[in-house]
Amino acid sequence: MQKILQIVEKWGGRKDCLIEMLHDVQTEYNHLPESALRVLSARLSVPLTQITHVATFYASFSLVPKGDTRLRVCMGTACYQKGGNRILEALERELKVKSGEVTPDGEFSLESARCIGCCGIAPALVVDDDDVFGKVNPTKMKKFVADIKKKKQAGKQSAAEA
Amino acid sequence: MEPRLSVLICSGTGCASNKSMEVMDALRKEIATRGLEQEVEVVQTGCQGFCAVGPIVYVQPDDVFYQQVGVKDVPRLVEEHFLKGRPYKDKLYVPPMGGMPIPKLMDIPFFKSQVLVALRNKGLIDPEKIEDYIARDGYQALARVLTEMKPEQVIECVTKSGLRGRGGGGFPTGVKWASARKASGDIKYVLCNGDEGDPGAFMDRSIMEGDPHSVLEGMCIAAFAVGSSQGYVYVRKEYPLAVQRIEVAIEQAREFGLLGKDILGAGFDFDVEVRRGAGAFVCGESTALMASIEGNPGEPRAKYIHTVDAGLWNRPSCLNNVETFANVPMILQRGWEWFSSIGTGDVSQDPWGGSKGTKVFSIAGDVNNTGLIEVPMGTTLREIVFDIAGGLPEGKRFKAVQTGGPSGGFLPESLLNLPVDFDRLVEAGSMMGSGGMVVLGHDKCMVDSAKFFIDFTADESCGKCTPCRIGSKIMLQSLEKISEGKATEEDVEQLERVAHEVANLSLCGLGKSAPNPVLTALRYFRDEVMAHVHEKRCPAGECKALITYSIDAGKCTGCTLCAKNCPTDCITGERKAAHAIVTDRCIKCGSCKIVCNFDAVVVQ
Repeated sequence: MQKILQIVEKWGGRKDCLIEMLHDVQTEYNHLPESALRVLSARLSVPLTQITHVATFYASFSLVPKGDTRLRVCMGTACYQKGGNRILEALERELKVKSGEVTPDGEFSLESARCIGCCGIAPALVVDDDDVFGKVNPTKMKKFVADIKKKKQAGKQSAAEA
Repeated sequence: MEPRLSVLICSGTGCASNKSMEVMDALRKEIATRGLEQEVEVVQTGCQGFCAVGPIVYVQPDDVFYQQVGVKDVPRLVEEHFLKGRPYKDKLYVPPMGGMPIPKLMDIPFFKSQVLVALRNKGLIDPEKIEDYIARDGYQALARVLTEMKPEQVIECVTKSGLRGRGGGGFPTGVKWASARKASGDIKYVLCNGDEGDPGAFMDRSIMEGDPHSVLEGMCIAAFAVGSSQGYVYVRKEYPLAVQRIEVAIEQAREFGLLGKDILGAGFDFDVEVRRGAGAFVCGESTALMASIEGNPGEPRAKYIHTVDAGLWNRPSCLNNVETFANVPMILQRGWEWFSSIGTGDVSQDPWGGSKGTKVFSIAGDVNNTGLIEVPMGTTLREIVFDIAGGLPEGKRFKAVQTGGPSGGFLPESLLNLPVDFDRLVEAGSMMGSGGMVVLGHDKCMVDSAKFFIDFTADESCGKCTPCRIGSKIMLQSLEKISEGKATEEDVEQLERVAHEVANLSLCGLGKSAPNPVLTALRYFRDEVMAHVHEKRCPAGECKALITYSIDAGKCTGCTLCAKNCPTDCITGERKAAHAIVTDRCIKCGSCKIVCNFDAVVVQ
């Protein structure tokens, strides 16, 4: 609740900044919790139906939690032509989920992304928001996922030690 | 002491994903170790454009270009070039077809025929330093405009230059500004469209990341011309670095008195805010973009009343694309005569009479030199694909080039001599779009490619108007039927009919242009489409339902690599003996073909 109010404050409580606020809520909670949308509705005097309309219209927002790590495979033209769909299929097999789903342990979510503008290094995929990997190979996805897991584990350990 | 050498390192998204920032750190460390800090400066720049060979390191004033530089190359590079004064041979550019390494950037074919206007500062400045932009004559045009010119003169200059909107529509910029100036209302907005949604295009990302001040200066000039005091830059959320760089640039411009109240003491106020998109392709459309800035779902409206009269919050709004704004300062600085001397046609009587200046294209797909290029309007497709982009990789033959993203079309080999400008591309059934060009080799299926685009449009259709919402779904279903070998001639006829209906009846540009990939596939590659219908065959070997994978026993060496990589374990065979694929378990993922070093996997 406090955090939502801070976000409203940051954008000056302006109705036209609703999308920016939703971005911040999504970053904070990894999805848009209903309670947060209710707070926004009350604070901005915007009906909940309208906020839900915005939240469901745009692909960046999700009403259900995403995985801890988000794998987004670029499906822009250049990546598709260079086998982006094969990357996505390989990850579907590796993670045993379909595109758009979250693994049961909540560790990974798998999505296809609209062009991320890295056509020069296609096929590309993005880990979380800004970690771009170019010229990826579908036959190496097993190792790719294992490496991410290892890295996260190491990160958690060093955080615990600290 | 002025440094003897400047080492410019690309920090664009492409190079950064190849660890260019680690290379930069290593260079700084190595230069310090060798005591060269006073003599050699290291500068982080925006996208250089030649993404295919990143990470890129460029040394000035020597004009030496290094490609694919890794951390481990750094000590030798520093020793050879910075200490001994000779180019480090191992990392120089080598043409893909073989030949001697080329040390100088200006001699590399990819760069040689480019003419840089919008990308004038690419790879030369630190995008987070306004001083770098100013040192390259930045904000000079704005200063001239504010101190020496009247708004009408600015509009006249831009109109005469022949500049047309680089976002795809090709609407004459000066004409738009004149309407916005004329529109009545005390509050007017200048908007920058940085919602680069076309898959396969990334010039706007590159400009925002590499030279954000060029966009702000262009907006500021536009604001003076139309009489606006508030601007918005609408940027896709998928471009986090672009958002950050624009925000930094706005801060710095305010500090330098180039944005805000009383700019340069000329009594003119203008400020800019950033708004992030949220992943909706339709928001590149003007009315949808404005709805989104207002905090609403990005649904377009009919344009009986133009946005220059009633746009954002129903006030006069002047919307231009990133690349358009980046061109503006150069036109004011060097004069409309200079700009209109580049390009095609004659705009002296009619602003639609030609395509002037240069255009940035992002070239990707089956070519050797993928990346960003800027060439004069009227350059032929052949020059772009074969001379600048270096042609197709070995073993691939040219089949088509797709221009204009989902709104564009496929152009065949017979049109390679087409001069690329707004009007020629439309005549050929495609469009400029924002300048994406994806080259397709002989092994790409036109049905599959058309399906890819229609799938995209069907998904991104906002759903407000029926022709686009339902029509795109019907087109997708027909294409799926064709690619599965279940279509009849009637299905193809229906596809064609619906495509024309969607083009004629849709509300906004998204729907109007959505059928272009289908229509050009049928216009130029009808035989290939009909092979799916009549012979139930995919000539390019891409449509999964119509192909089978097998192994050529004559070529197979029994290395077992394919079997190891097969996700369904459907490849059998002993080591050093020919392998075979159990077809009914094969999911046609193509892994075996990717890993096979002996070209033994056959797709039929």
